[in-house]
Amino acid sequence: MPSDTVIPAVAAAPAPPAPPGPIRAFWRAFRENRGAVLGLVIVSIIFFVAIFANWLAPYNPLEQFRGSETLPPFWAEGSDPKFILGTDAVGRDMLSRLMYGARVSLFIGLSVMVVSMVVGVALGLVSAFFGGLLDVMIIRVMDLIMAIPSLVLAILIIAIIGPNLTNTIVAVTIVGLPRYVRLVRASALSELTKDYVTAAKVSGVGKFRLMTVTVLPNCLAPLIVQAALGMSDAILEAAGLGFLGLGAQPPTPEWGSMLADTRDLMLSHPWVMAFPGIAILITVLAINLLGDGLRDALDPRLRRS
Amino acid sequence: MKFRTLLGAALLASSMLVANAAEAAKTLVYCSEGSPENFTPAINTTGTSFDAARPVYNRLVQFKPGTTEVEPALAESWKVSPDGLTITFKLRKGVKFHSGVNGFTPTRDLTAEDVIWSFDRQWKPDHPYAKVSNGSYDYFNDMGMPDLLDSISKGDDDLTVIFKLKKPNAPILANLAMDFAAIQSAEYAKYLMDKGTPEQFDQIPVGTGSFQFVAYQKDAVIRYKAFDGWAGKPKIDNLVYAITPDATARYAKLKANECQVMIAPNPADLAEIKKNPDVKVLEQAGLNIGYYAMNNEKPPFDKKEVREAFAMAIDRDAIIKEVYQGAGQKAKNLIPPTMWSYDDKIKDVEYNPEKAKKMLADAGVKDLKIDIWWMPVQRPYNPNAKRMAEMIQADLAKIGVDSTLVSYEWGEYRKRMQAGEHMTGMLGWTGDNGDPDNFFGVLLGCNPEGKPNSNNIPKWCNAKFQEVVNKAAQITDKAERTKLYMEAQKIQAEEMPQVNIAHSTVFEPIRKNVKGYKVSPLGSHEFQNVELE
Amino acid sequence: MFRFLLKRLALTIPTFIALMFITFVMIRLVPGDPIEVRRGERGISPERLAQLRHEMGLDQPIWKQFLDYANALLHGDFGTSIVSKSPVLHEFLTLFPATVELTATAMLFAVVLGVPAGVIAASRRGGIYDQTLMGLALTGYSMPIFWWGLILVLVMSNTLGLTPVSGRVDLVNYYYDPVTGFMLIDSLLSDQDGAFWDAVRHLILPMIVLGTVPLAVIARMTRSSMLEVLEEDYVRTARAKGLSWTRIVGVHALRNALIPVVTVIGLQVGGLLAGAVLTETIFSWPGVGKWLIESINRRDYPALQGGIMLIATIVILVNLLVDLLYGLINPRIRHAK
Repeated sequence: MPSDTVIPAVAAAPAPPAPPGPIRAFWRAFRENRGAVLGLVIVSIIFFVAIFANWLAPYNPLEQFRGSETLPPFWAEGSDPKFILGTDAVGRDMLSRLMYGARVSLFIGLSVMVVSMVVGVALGLVSAFFGGLLDVMIIRVMDLIMAIPSLVLAILIIAIIGPNLTNTIVAVTIVGLPRYVRLVRASALSELTKDYVTAAKVSGVGKFRLMTVTVLPNCLAPLIVQAALGMSDAILEAAGLGFLGLGAQPPTPEWGSMLADTRDLMLSHPWVMAFPGIAILITVLAINLLGDGLRDALDPRLRRS
Repeated sequence: MKFRTLLGAALLASSMLVANAAEAAKTLVYCSEGSPENFTPAINTTGTSFDAARPVYNRLVQFKPGTTEVEPALAESWKVSPDGLTITFKLRKGVKFHSGVNGFTPTRDLTAEDVIWSFDRQWKPDHPYAKVSNGSYDYFNDMGMPDLLDSISKGDDDLTVIFKLKKPNAPILANLAMDFAAIQSAEYAKYLMDKGTPEQFDQIPVGTGSFQFVAYQKDAVIRYKAFDGWAGKPKIDNLVYAITPDATARYAKLKANECQVMIAPNPADLAEIKKNPDVKVLEQAGLNIGYYAMNNEKPPFDKKEVREAFAMAIDRDAIIKEVYQGAGQKAKNLIPPTMWSYDDKIKDVEYNPEKAKKMLADAGVKDLKIDIWWMPVQRPYNPNAKRMAEMIQADLAKIGVDSTLVSYEWGEYRKRMQAGEHMTGMLGWTGDNGDPDNFFGVLLGCNPEGKPNSNNIPKWCNAKFQEVVNKAAQITDKAERTKLYMEAQKIQAEEMPQVNIAHSTVFEPIRKNVKGYKVSPLGSHEFQNVELE
Repeated sequence: MFRFLLKRLALTIPTFIALMFITFVMIRLVPGDPIEVRRGERGISPERLAQLRHEMGLDQPIWKQFLDYANALLHGDFGTSIVSKSPVLHEFLTLFPATVELTATAMLFAVVLGVPAGVIAASRRGGIYDQTLMGLALTGYSMPIFWWGLILVLVMSNTLGLTPVSGRVDLVNYYYDPVTGFMLIDSLLSDQDGAFWDAVRHLILPMIVLGTVPLAVIARMTRSSMLEVLEEDYVRTARAKGLSWTRIVGVHALRNALIPVVTVIGLQVGGLLAGAVLTETIFSWPGVGKWLIESINRRDYPALQGGIMLIATIVILVNLLVDLLYGLINPRIRHAK
């Protein structure tokens, strides 16, 4: 770390500058990574679009323009300049639907991430701290979840609780949970052997406080990285469910179901199918770039270079 | 895997011969949609399974290819007694069963015994094959045969079968032309029972049809070869079903001449398919109706004006274009135009959202919130219920009706709709036998207490309509029946219990060198008279 | 070693029991009925439904159904599919080779391309190759594979006509019986000209689609593990001794760098099976993934239960195998245990 802090020339200031705080150090490392910065920019743009879709979208995403169905984007032959990216099978503006779709996808991604973090941290810490039967049970359940192909399990859960947006979040969360639990448990266990924990124990810190205040902050770095990757996974899984008709219900503009709805038009109107997929790909890619950047910046081993 | 080898092994030798001779012989390949559940129509309910068994079997009577007319098949003639309670079938002489399939060689021709055996299996629980394959004989029961049949017995000789009925019934002959009434070999059944492998009876079929079963590989292919039976030797030597679930893939195969006939093209691709000079696209109005029902038991749909306003608000032309991709025609009556007794003089509802809005206001309905149910599956009469639901939702929004879209898993969906839980929703019907009663009586029928039958999805009961339809089902004079059904259509147009959306059109692309192939209005696929040039 | 294996095996027993119970309960919680769902518009009368449910044993109390099921399972009987009426194990075994063929070739595809890509990227760290390859890898990792599959079909099959749109093999032009269930092998055994090539052509798109994500993961993993190894003392020593760079990378470093990669490959098996569900659906590939989805849709309880149990067993066993393999190639771990 010191190697990249610029040490000002001689005695402009009498005292040496304070070492950069953890956040600044992180930011320095992060911004060196061009890919990560690009990811951050794209993710910010997508968030911006999603939040302000009401103002940005040219049309209501549910409005059907009869007589203007399945139009191609503006550069292709037969397009209508009113609809920049064309229209879908029932004449709804593609661009507007994509914009509102960003809202749905990000909402799913964020919700899954937050819920997984909370539940995963709780279970992981409990598992690590209490050990014994509780630990065994939690780990067994997680193994169980991981033994069933994630999509099959998600479909089964949706089949039980019914297809809608909330239930998509529930299913995707359950399916992804083991990764959080195992990660928190593993890092908590390795922290528990360290001296500072022993010291805290000796000085009589309560178990709950030890768990949350002493140990947890030291497990955060890998957790943050997992959260970013978990969000992109969640978006992909939710889109996959939407593609199978088990995600958000019509007429909600959800990228996965937009794809599924137009599968019959694949040959005759390929554009209608192309855009939702591109939207998913770009969003997931940007989040992953960001996640990679976070990992490199947070993991001191890989940071040097 | 053992079992699969077993299926094929017995036939391996013959199948290899067929494969090698395929170059010289005339082979017709049909790109079908899916794997059959098994090869006994009596225990099946799906068109795919019926199609797979059809080359092998015959029924006493059959539908004339391309029509819903009944013609003689295994029975060369029949007589109905004056009271309508006894039907005497005279079987054809010298009808041969397939030989050499699964090691079975028939020792005798078709007799009354086979006919009685085939129906008894579905009817009598103590029949030796009643429990084989856990058969549930759905069609036999659904068509009301147990209530209708008194006895089936042998007549004076081996070639006479006598059906005794409990009450006279006009559509029974059409019922006996349906797939479930296929005649199987009692001798083959006994042969397998003695061998201790009765379950093979439904997997490796032996019948009297124009094609003899050769081999089947799940999810891949079914092979048959021509059989010189009672109907004469077919003009092709081999028949192959290439199981291809994906519509795009089916067309890719047709284009490459890897198959010559295909089922169910993707409607959106039809324009492209029609441009292919080697391909002819056959079309036939389907014997079906896709409708949008408003639950007449739930206000405000008890008001005729509200129902009319809804019918007026829905842009059916747009639905035909975007949901059916043009592969359908706007429906003004419950029955499709190809069915006898269709009344073409009925005036169709116009599309007029302004007027609809006004009618709704006049009826005192405002801030109406409804649900629109859409089925989760593709059906012949409605290729994309979700898209239709989205379009109807947008149409109704224009007249100020707010709606939510609702769906359930298919079995659940149909059950709940039959129980009348919906406010509005879509469903449809495919005719079984071409009789108008199969539409009017089933889809809008009510019981004597004036309560709607379960298949009456609009839950609409009209005494006058019911009287007309009941009367028509009990008489046999076609002209008289036609008159009554026309009246029923007038009442329906007047009362508007539901919005008739469309009759879908069945498209079947075939290679130009295929001759003599006819699209069945009943959705079945037959290759008996097909020729390859 | 042997005791370790026994211990691990013993640990999986409670998992199996829990799995059996949970799948059973979950499947019963799914609304719908295997009889109702198979009926057309006409539906079924309540009396007839009751009769059929009785015949299938669906009217028994749930706990009794579970005990019967568990008892049968202990005797190796996975039940009989409601739809096809054939034993679930037999159905599974006829379909499983298709899935194995798909996943194994996808994994092969991923390893064959992924490892060299990772090695090249690592040895040219920060360079244009590294950036391009890792950019591609991240794109592959972010790919919605159902869309990727459709796009490939559109381009490769429909526009260029290079590959078939779907299915496993063309049994119309080439007819042979399934001997092993693996079409690549069966087509060779059949001795028919062109049959093998035909099987390959059918396999290629699904393989690419399913292999994309593991390919990305393996490339990334190989790169980072390689980078780590290249920093180690023995590599420096080797360089100091004047060994050629290719030899260092190819022989010394790679061998050690591959240890974590093997684990990743093992962990990908579960993910691959999940991906197979979507891939098989898109390409109408007659494997267990597609079959499981269809079984859910048809409420075919026995097929679903048996299928999930069998798949989960395989995943658990593969993970166990990976653990063992890991112990074998990395003696340090073995001694530590």
